[in-house]
Amino acid sequence: MVRRLAWLAGRVVEARHETTTARTLVLEVPGWPGHLAGQHIDVRLTAEDGYRAMRSYSIATPSDGDRVAITVQRLPDGEVSPYLVDGVSVGDRLELRGPVGGWFVWEPSSRIPVLLVAGGSGSVPLIAMLRARIATGSTARFRLIYSARTLADVLHADELAAAPEGVGVDLVLTREESPSGRPAGRLRLDDLGRPRGPVDVYVCGPTGFVESAATMLVTLGYDEARIRTERFGGGGRP
Amino acid sequence: MTTQHEYVDGNRLAGPLADVFAVDITAASTSCIGCGRRSVVAQLHVYVVGEGYVARCPGCQDPVLRYARTSTGGVLDLRGTLSLQVPLPG
Repeated sequence: MVRRLAWLAGRVVEARHETTTARTLVLEVPGWPGHLAGQHIDVRLTAEDGYRAMRSYSIATPSDGDRVAITVQRLPDGEVSPYLVDGVSVGDRLELRGPVGGWFVWEPSSRIPVLLVAGGSGSVPLIAMLRARIATGSTARFRLIYSARTLADVLHADELAAAPEGVGVDLVLTREESPSGRPAGRLRLDDLGRPRGPVDVYVCGPTGFVESAATMLVTLGYDEARIRTERFGGGGRP
Repeated sequence: MTTQHEYVDGNRLAGPLADVFAVDITAASTSCIGCGRRSVVAQLHVYVVGEGYVARCPGCQDPVLRYARTSTGGVLDLRGTLSLQVPLPG
């Protein structure tokens, strides 16, 4: 039987700011079929005059019954993100469909070491993968390289600071020195390091960041067939 | 609004193409009529205008797949695709 992807109603059950410009919304979606880390939802807003705007948001949490969380970064000139970050309240309903996307996903049964490379709010699907690793008791080695402007822009910072054994987190800050002492600056080859054996790589961020990171990874000898990328557009973030 | 200079990638097509395909199409691979390059749909360069999508070959930038959602239906144009290979469970 063909399962048509229906629009569902999600009720906001929790909302919390991660930074001054990003907020996590936890949605309760009756009939949610479950999902894999890395998948996303499409959110559709309809104005009173019938005008519609749709955006795609990565799911931030592993599958957990009918609960789905997204972390949204506000774009100054965005049509949808300002509403999700500042407008929506607990109890409100959002129209959504998902889970969608079956390529940029991490399968918890995989034992292959994982390298996650995040640019800005591109960290969201990657933290879902980290959380899925922890939730499923996987022992796959994980390393997250997270590029952000400043420490104040890092999403889920407390959680990343408490990463368990087998999970490495390196911050690459572009506008200030990183806590590790790394000078301010964009992602470089020596931030990534060379692969030792097979590594599944997931890169997510603004298009320019992803192109540049993917090129560096191939230069360093990472297997192109094991590099999965997700680009969300210009300097802006969704 | 995403402009010509701000492409995203084929991951974005997962929801819209679920209107017309029964399986997840982002994991399918295409071959481009222009240059013959095989790409996973998720890796095509996608330009979005409203609910219209143009997916271009990352090699030669020729359009491989176009999709638009209108108020009454979906329009899928696969003229730039030589073949679409869809992974299916055995």
